[in-house]
Amino acid sequence: MLQSFIQNIFNALQWGSFYSLIALGYCLVYGVLLLINFAHGDIFMVGAYIAFYVCMLFLGKFGIIPGMPGWLVLALAVPLTMMLTAVVGVTLERVAYRPLRRKGVNRLYVVITALMCGLILEHANLALLGASRRSFPTLIPTTVYNIAGVNITNVKLGVILVAVLAFFFLRFVVVKTKIGMAMRAISYDRFAVPLMGIPADSVIVFTFVLGSGFAGLAGLLFAVTYPVLDPYMGALIGWKAFIAAVVGGIGSIRGAFAGGFLLGFVEIMVVAFFPSTLRDLIAFTILLLILSVKPTGLFGVARRTKI
Amino acid sequence: MKQYTIPALLALLLAVLVFVSMTGAMNVYWQSVLMFMGINIILSSSLNIINGNMGEFSCGHAGFMAVGAYVSSVLSVLLFAEGSVFGEALLPPHLAVFLFPFILVAGGVAASLVGLLVAVPSFRTRGDYLAIITIAAAYIVKSTIENINAIGGARGFMGMSKVTAAMNTTAELPWMIIWVFLGTVFSVWLIRRFIFSTLGNGVNAVCQDEIAAEIMSVNTNQVKMTAFMVSCGLAGIAGALFAHVLGYVNPGSFTILKSTEVMVMVYLGGMGSLSGSVLSAILITLLMEALRPLQIIKWIVIPLLLVLLMQFRPEGIMGNRELANIFPGLKKFYRLKG
Repeated sequence: MLQSFIQNIFNALQWGSFYSLIALGYCLVYGVLLLINFAHGDIFMVGAYIAFYVCMLFLGKFGIIPGMPGWLVLALAVPLTMMLTAVVGVTLERVAYRPLRRKGVNRLYVVITALMCGLILEHANLALLGASRRSFPTLIPTTVYNIAGVNITNVKLGVILVAVLAFFFLRFVVVKTKIGMAMRAISYDRFAVPLMGIPADSVIVFTFVLGSGFAGLAGLLFAVTYPVLDPYMGALIGWKAFIAAVVGGIGSIRGAFAGGFLLGFVEIMVVAFFPSTLRDLIAFTILLLILSVKPTGLFGVARRTKI
Repeated sequence: MKQYTIPALLALLLAVLVFVSMTGAMNVYWQSVLMFMGINIILSSSLNIINGNMGEFSCGHAGFMAVGAYVSSVLSVLLFAEGSVFGEALLPPHLAVFLFPFILVAGGVAASLVGLLVAVPSFRTRGDYLAIITIAAAYIVKSTIENINAIGGARGFMGMSKVTAAMNTTAELPWMIIWVFLGTVFSVWLIRRFIFSTLGNGVNAVCQDEIAAEIMSVNTNQVKMTAFMVSCGLAGIAGALFAHVLGYVNPGSFTILKSTEVMVMVYLGGMGSLSGSVLSAILITLLMEALRPLQIIKWIVIPLLLVLLMQFRPEGIMGNRELANIFPGLKKFYRLKG
């Protein structure tokens, strides 16, 4: 009983890690722009596909060393995937969001554009690459550590570790660095920031780089853990991660992280005790309940509106 | 006399539609396109209450449609069709025609009750948070349906075509065309009456400035609740018609894509314009049919259309104007001065 419980806790930590990594990206963009970047889940999907092609490139004829070892491929794939996914995210911002921001239109139009961009990414992927699922190559042979009856794989540990490191890294960037201060300034007062000589657009691009980069990292880890890719994989996970970010309190990094892990725990525990088809139902119901009790989320701060 | 022009024209249109379907002048494909057009008109004009007039962002409209579709299907199959699920039909088949409107309304009422899931949180939250709640509500509905094995779960539910066949025992008419037409006219009429009523003005006031509306003695909670319930109820009626036109429902047809389709119609037509949402529903339905051979490319073209729309003409076809504002000559045919 206790063993299976601890086993489930580890599964939940791993599952929550994915949610947290995606929720962090949502949270950054929302914090700075007050924009729900609905395409973020699909950027995660694109990240997984980019990771797949990068790895195929290295494992194929183009490997720098013939017969590259898996760990080296992974080590090269992580920064490359993050960079390329960041490029996708920034392109989206440049092409779709920035013109709208310049015009100063209603926020709703930007949200709709984001939603549609997500759909375009999904279906462009379907149209270009076909609907056949791709299986991700095994880079690192899975080793199972059995500690007192609890099975922990090295991949699981890696994923949890990366999520925690990403959290501390982002927290460091937002709290301690100059550009982080600029990000917080933009979310605090959009009008005063350009007057202080801060290039708002570059800060926004940097935000998208960070958010999309971590979505790419999440995509890579997801592909390593569950080596089957399909174009719709980002949609549901993206929605859920966003709801997790909202439950944590959107606009606070701690909240996004906590919300992601909370949702991971809820889902894994539901699967452990109920039929697995009830997973989404119970998860969404719990989230709705939390939101109706605390509309600003667990860590969120209620914004005062001046009349 | 002028006030009877529009009802007379509509009656004539219905008669023409029935006649061309009976004689086979209009083939089955075009009949189904017309029916889906009617259903889409109901969907887009009902979502327009929330997304256009109230200025909220609901992306779970398909969820309420699913509620209406399932409730009405289960009712009609239970009453009029021999199925593997419920066994013998409870009522003789010649009653099907007379009870079908009540079945549709039952689907609508059920959907508007589920709409409370969204309406109650909307008292306290607005904007992005409410959008999340609508998505969650749609997912909750969908997974609830998938988990009820008695109505087929994820496999879907069938038997409604027997009910439409049972209607023909009373009289040999293209019944579904008649029902969809009546449903569409009823919905548009209801929404029009609602939007130009005092409550409807309250909806517009909430969109402009909620705090000011509250100060000016608009009961915002009542307004929001009515708007959500009317909108979701009509979506339920649309779902009920959808289920009976297809003769088969499946939770997979009520995904986020369906909600998106309806949203595209609303924003293309223009936020808060009833005639705009009707026009754009007609246009989008025809466009969907035209793009059908492209299959997956369709879902790149339609979002792209909306993205371009948001960039260059975010107010949509009509903006927030009605037909009567553009052609003032039409005003004399209305009893109700908008």
